[in-house]
Amino acid sequence: MTSVAGASGTADSADSPKPVGERRFSETLHFARRNPKLLIGLGIVLAFLLLGIIGPFFVGHDPNEYVGPQTQPPSGEYWLGTTTFGQDIWAQFVYGLRSTFLIGVFGGGVAFVIGTAVGFVAGYKGGIIDEILNMITNVVLVLPAMVVLIVAIAYLEARGLFVQGLFIGLTSWPWAARAVRSQALSLATRDYVDLARLSGRRTWKIITTEIAPNMSSYLVMSFILLFGGAILIAAGLDFIGLGPAGGVSLGLMLQSASQWSALQLSMWWWFIPPGLGITAIVGSLYILNVGLDEVFNPKLREL
Amino acid sequence: MLELSQVHKVYKVGAFGGGRLRAVRDVNLTVEPGEVVSLIGESGSGKSTLGKMVLGLSTPSSGRITFEGTDITTIRGHSARKEYYRRVQGVFQDPFSCFNPIFKADRVFEMVHTSYFPRTSSADWKDKVLDALATVRLDPGNVLGKYPHQLSGGQLQRLLIARALLLDIKLLVADEIISMLDASTRIDVLNLLADLKERGLGILFVTHDLSLGNYVSDKSVILRKGAIAEMGPTARVFDNPLHPYSRHLLSCVPQLHRTWAEVDAELKANPPEDVTLPTAPDEESAPLIEVEENHFVGIDQG
Repeated sequence: MTSVAGASGTADSADSPKPVGERRFSETLHFARRNPKLLIGLGIVLAFLLLGIIGPFFVGHDPNEYVGPQTQPPSGEYWLGTTTFGQDIWAQFVYGLRSTFLIGVFGGGVAFVIGTAVGFVAGYKGGIIDEILNMITNVVLVLPAMVVLIVAIAYLEARGLFVQGLFIGLTSWPWAARAVRSQALSLATRDYVDLARLSGRRTWKIITTEIAPNMSSYLVMSFILLFGGAILIAAGLDFIGLGPAGGVSLGLMLQSASQWSALQLSMWWWFIPPGLGITAIVGSLYILNVGLDEVFNPKLREL
Repeated sequence: MLELSQVHKVYKVGAFGGGRLRAVRDVNLTVEPGEVVSLIGESGSGKSTLGKMVLGLSTPSSGRITFEGTDITTIRGHSARKEYYRRVQGVFQDPFSCFNPIFKADRVFEMVHTSYFPRTSSADWKDKVLDALATVRLDPGNVLGKYPHQLSGGQLQRLLIARALLLDIKLLVADEIISMLDASTRIDVLNLLADLKERGLGILFVTHDLSLGNYVSDKSVILRKGAIAEMGPTARVFDNPLHPYSRHLLSCVPQLHRTWAEVDAELKANPPEDVTLPTAPDEESAPLIEVEENHFVGIDQG
């Protein structure tokens, strides 16, 4: 009930002359700085992101080049050791981080754009449009995404990072669409949406300026979850050998480690960095998400 | 100016849309320039649905709603709709939910500015807004630059009326605009409506409060279960109610100097002469009979 929310707002407005936008922002910041989950998650993700951005500049060679002695454990010269063929694992790791983040942003981004667009239109328009979009969403939702991806990517000629991201995006949007739709459905019946219509606003403008700002925290969290999901799916595809051809990624590193029996040969430095990298990034994204949820949702705040 | 003819609204209800809920049944009425028409009825009588249909926020299941000769259900496209809203505006019942809580309250004026008067400079627009605020007797310093939760319901309600006045409107749909106001602002808004009427505005005044209907309107329409029970000039409807439902409704209005028992006793002592009510030939229609000049009475729905 908005009127109830408004009424309680009226009550506390008397003793706080500061404008609410500023207050809301500083309040969010106040809780954000005191939320360990958010800080730890964000710290780990940002550290890996920095490593992925800066690291490759300090690697003077191609990550797949045979540069050093074969099968070396970590040392001063090769920080994470070398592979059976003498490739520098540190170089592969930082390049792999970079492509992992790229696939997360691009795949997650495509899924986010499709998911929110479908969700908003379905939730706002309602009726037959909602029925049709909901049907499409449900069909895509029950498709075995991994199988579709394997078939699609296996038959595709071009196998770059962006094609992979595009396909991941095209298969992982449905739950975001459903989540956004349910929120938009309730927000679209508010009187201020009707008032915007009476003010001669176009549909897309009502969606972007009236409905979306009211669920911004929800949208941020959807993006984070899609981002993490895209990284995991990409790692899975890479691991079964459907990664970007000629490139390097954390999943591809795991695949070649397994292919050349790193585990059996106790070459722990070959499979632990990429495995740990993926786990740490996705894990801290989820922790970050829980932290954000606590910051945005007053009911979950630990005071 | 505004004419509703045989307007129906039927909602599909139930799991498979099998059930039907008749919200508005065969309503015919007109609103002329400078005329205040009050739609009076209990909750669920279809009065707000009628208001929403006139505003184009909901489409009638059948029937025609014409405004200055054009059927508004045939308005297609964004620009035509926008032109319609330049002349017809609405003020809703709950002022708290009419403002987007995360933006400042005066953003409703800015929306009208950018949509309808993009060429007006900010300074000119500000003057216009101040004029409109003066019309609704609001102090600009108290309401501009504030967030909705910092303002009272009455202030928000008057901001919405001021917003409607910024456009050169011909028809205002006022849906229960008084119900959220306290007694002192209530009379201000009622007087404002009277001023607007003087300026030639047609007002469709939706209310459940009989005394308010009596106070402001020229024509009263009493709705019951979606159909018109009685319609006519306010004075005649209130002095000489013909439909049993309107009689019952009017006897329910609390009076300062009489108890309900006295009212009932008086009604029993000299019962009003009965009029023959029209009978509906089917479930769909709701014919009216003109008992005296411009005073219509509708079907009896028990």
